[in-house]
Amino acid sequence: MATHKRPLSPHLGIYKPQLTSFMSILHRATGIALAVGLLPLTYWLYSISLGPEAYEQVQSIVGSPVGLILLFGWSFALFYHLCNGIRHLFWDAGMGFDIKTAYTSGYLVWIAAFALTAGAWLLAMMRGTL
Amino acid sequence: MKRLFNKETSYRSPLGQVRNLGSSHNGTHHFIAQRLTAIALIPLIFWFVCCLTSMATATHAEAVEWINYPANTVLFSILILVLIHHAHLGLQMVVEDYIHTSVMKALIMVGMKFFMIALTVASVIAIFRTIFVFGG
Repeated sequence: MATHKRPLSPHLGIYKPQLTSFMSILHRATGIALAVGLLPLTYWLYSISLGPEAYEQVQSIVGSPVGLILLFGWSFALFYHLCNGIRHLFWDAGMGFDIKTAYTSGYLVWIAAFALTAGAWLLAMMRGTL
Repeated sequence: MKRLFNKETSYRSPLGQVRNLGSSHNGTHHFIAQRLTAIALIPLIFWFVCCLTSMATATHAEAVEWINYPANTVLFSILILVLIHHAHLGLQMVVEDYIHTSVMKALIMVGMKFFMIALTVASVIAIFRTIFVFGG
C-alpha cells in the first residue's frame, strides 16, 4: 500500500524541457490518444456489419469538419507513434544511445511523421476520396 | 527448484530463472509481447493507411467488397487483433506508472482487460458478420 508520501522522481519542475524528454512523453500521449481511437475505429467497422444505413451515418460523422479534424489528429499521432516506436526499437537493440544520435533520430522522427501525414492526406486527395 | 526455462534461450537472469518470478510474474513476457506487436504493426499500418486513402468515401457495397476480399479479411483481422493487444500492453504500462493505489490500479486493470476483450470480440464479429450477411 502506498501510505507514505515519498517524493517521486524525476522532479519535472527543475528540468529545462528537452527534445528527448518531450518526445518521450509525447510517445505516451499519442499512444493513449490512439488507444482511444480504437473505439471509433471499431464502431466504424461494426457499422459496416450493421448495414448501409448505420454505415452511411458513421461515414457522415467521419466526413464532417469535426470528424476530419479528429481524423487528421489521429493520423499524425499514428505516424508520430510509428516513427518514434521504430526509434525505440533501435534503442531496445542497443543502438543510438549517445546524445548526438538521440537528437538526430529525434529530428528524423518529426520530419518522417510530418511527411507521412502529409503524404497520406495527399494520396487520399489524389485518389479523389476527399 | 526445477528450472522451467531453457538457460540458452531465456532472457531471464539466472536468479530470475531459479525463482521463476518477477514482481508481477510476467514482466519479461510483457516486454517481449510489446516489441513483437510493435514490429508486426509497422507493415500492417502502412498497408492499412494505403487502403484507407482509397476507402475514405467508399459506399457500403465498396466497404463490404474490400473486407470480403480474402487477403484483406486476413490482414484486417490480424491488424485489429495485434492493434488492440498492443494498445492494451501500452495502457497497462501507463496505469502501472501513474496509478499508485493498489485497489484503484486493480480496478482499472481489470476493467481495461474486460473492455479490450469486448472490443476484440466486437471487431471479429463485425468482420464475420459483414462477410456472411453482406458478402454474398
